[in-house]
Amino acid sequence: MSTPGDPPLLRVEDLRVEFPTEDGVVKAVDGITYEVRRGRTLGIVGESGSGKTVAAMTVLGLTRMQGAKISGRVVFEGVDLLGLDEVALRRIRGNEIAMIFQDPSTALHPLYRVGAQLNEAVKAHQNVTKTQARARTIELLDLVGIPDPGNRVDDYPHEFSGGMKQRAMIAMALANEPKLLIADEPTTALDVTVQAQILALLERLRGELGMAIVIVTHDMGVVAEMADEIAVMYAGRIVETAATEALLNSPEHPYTWGLLRSIPTLDGPRLERLEPIKGSPPSLIDPPSGCHFHPRCEYAQPDHARIDPELLPLPTDPAHKVACLLEPKVRRKLWEEST
Amino acid sequence: MTRYIIRRVLWGILLLILVTALMFVLFRILPTGDPARLRAGRNASPKIIADIRRDLGLDKSLPAQFWVYMKEVFLHFNLGYSYYSNVPVRGLIAERLGATLSLMLGGAVIWLMVGLPVGILSALRRGSWLDRASMGTALVFVSAPEYWLGLIALYLFAADIGRVKIFPGAGSYVGLTSDPWKWFTSLLLPWLVLAAGSAAIYARLMRGSLTETMREDYIRTARAKGLSERRVVLRHGVRAAINPILTILALDIATLLGGAILVEVVFDIHGIGQLAYTAIRHSDLLVVQGTVLLGALFIVVANIVVDIAYAYLDPRVRYS
Repeated sequence: MSTPGDPPLLRVEDLRVEFPTEDGVVKAVDGITYEVRRGRTLGIVGESGSGKTVAAMTVLGLTRMQGAKISGRVVFEGVDLLGLDEVALRRIRGNEIAMIFQDPSTALHPLYRVGAQLNEAVKAHQNVTKTQARARTIELLDLVGIPDPGNRVDDYPHEFSGGMKQRAMIAMALANEPKLLIADEPTTALDVTVQAQILALLERLRGELGMAIVIVTHDMGVVAEMADEIAVMYAGRIVETAATEALLNSPEHPYTWGLLRSIPTLDGPRLERLEPIKGSPPSLIDPPSGCHFHPRCEYAQPDHARIDPELLPLPTDPAHKVACLLEPKVRRKLWEEST
Repeated sequence: MTRYIIRRVLWGILLLILVTALMFVLFRILPTGDPARLRAGRNASPKIIADIRRDLGLDKSLPAQFWVYMKEVFLHFNLGYSYYSNVPVRGLIAERLGATLSLMLGGAVIWLMVGLPVGILSALRRGSWLDRASMGTALVFVSAPEYWLGLIALYLFAADIGRVKIFPGAGSYVGLTSDPWKWFTSLLLPWLVLAAGSAAIYARLMRGSLTETMREDYIRTARAKGLSERRVVLRHGVRAAINPILTILALDIATLLGGAILVEVVFDIHGIGQLAYTAIRHSDLLVVQGTVLLGALFIVVANIVVDIAYAYLDPRVRYS
């Protein structure tokens, strides 16, 4: 494990990703900055359309071929990945940084055997024979808890259940023992019971392999379970970031409040109503002026439509940063009153 | 799987029987002309016509005729005799199948070799000048009728009437076994004309199919593994995008085996298509019937081949 003084494994600095479309420029990611330390887990939370998936894919350069305009820095072990050409970036993809995706049923190639797809991942970065690659593949399937891996290795994806497919995807991502795993909504497409298994698997593997994880999700429950730090994204920006404990216990941003209030609890009184966040995520082509959240914010003041808040550390906890125009004292009071 | 194949083959046979029966209705029951009179030629005496009618069994009742006809076709593969030249239809077809096969195979090789790469490049560089130019050219060739393209080709390049005399012209076809080089050169122009339209269609099909496939999640997975873009496109993209195209290819090949009528006629290649064309002009009904049956047979076989091939190309089909 690392100490806070070490240089971070990944540092994303003022990352901006824009897609030119016929309707205008989509500002999917609008200047985000975050760090991931070795062996730690960062959760990036937000609604669909908040830019969290684009941000994650851009780290691996996977938005390049979609014609994205990218600026900022993505520094991984001291190297800015945005400055690398395709060939150099390919040596990192699936090797130093691996990624798993939301829907395992479409993420595996339907026409190739699961084993063949894992072999390919092994052979992409290691100079091994077919037999060695296959042995490694079976070892990987065993590692992620697929029963009878020696036989299942020759199955096609459609012969696997949803949970097994995601396990196979995780195995593929681990093929070259990456230092960082980016998991984009890894449990969203799965049954609830399977979700818990996959999260437990990721936790176990992180401990065994010592890799860092960036988990991208809309589910506060998932990050509460997994993450050491949380970054909350809204309309392409990070609006609040803190250690998990601090963020869950004393959230500062009204949007974070909304996310926390919209989680059902089993132990609370049953008649207590869930409070959804009113309205829907804003257009990323023409985002609201000032604070992007002001049209949906219950506490917005007239000048919030004009002033664009910065992400600033709290005086009491420098690791806890928030982009909100409300006075810190007012925020404290509002949050305490509402709970 | 075996059961499935057997079922498909039985259905195929039933379909062929129906096609044959339909042709009996078309050519014998509906008024298309008296076969005996056609066979007898001009100025034949009533006695000769009556004799021929008896020889052909046309004096029997329609159901009896139908029974004999079906029995001959399906049990003895006897398609009857040409009214015009009095030789067995089966023999006529057999001696011309080689030319049609040569034309079709070369054409298919060319249109696949041109159409698929053009389609792949267009899909990968959508909106580029290469994409626009090739799709524009494709549109021209798709729209151009084959006989027109054939005549233009002859006018421009044929050794006899062409402006630039580089290719042998119409009627120069010889069989592969008699002179392989002449066979090859005489077919070049017909191949190109036959392939032009199909290459254009296949380029557009490939472009569409691959464009869609490249948006799939598993393509993103392949890239995230760190594979080269070449491998991502060819092993992951094209492999999935090509399946629907192979289906169309099988049916196209079957249709052409039934005779590439226009190209064969323009280039005077004595293949099945030209045989059918001549037979229609001479009201040589049994020959027409033979070529139609042959076409139906190829289509039925191609459909079965496609179904079986799919089980090998797509593992998901095998289990459902």
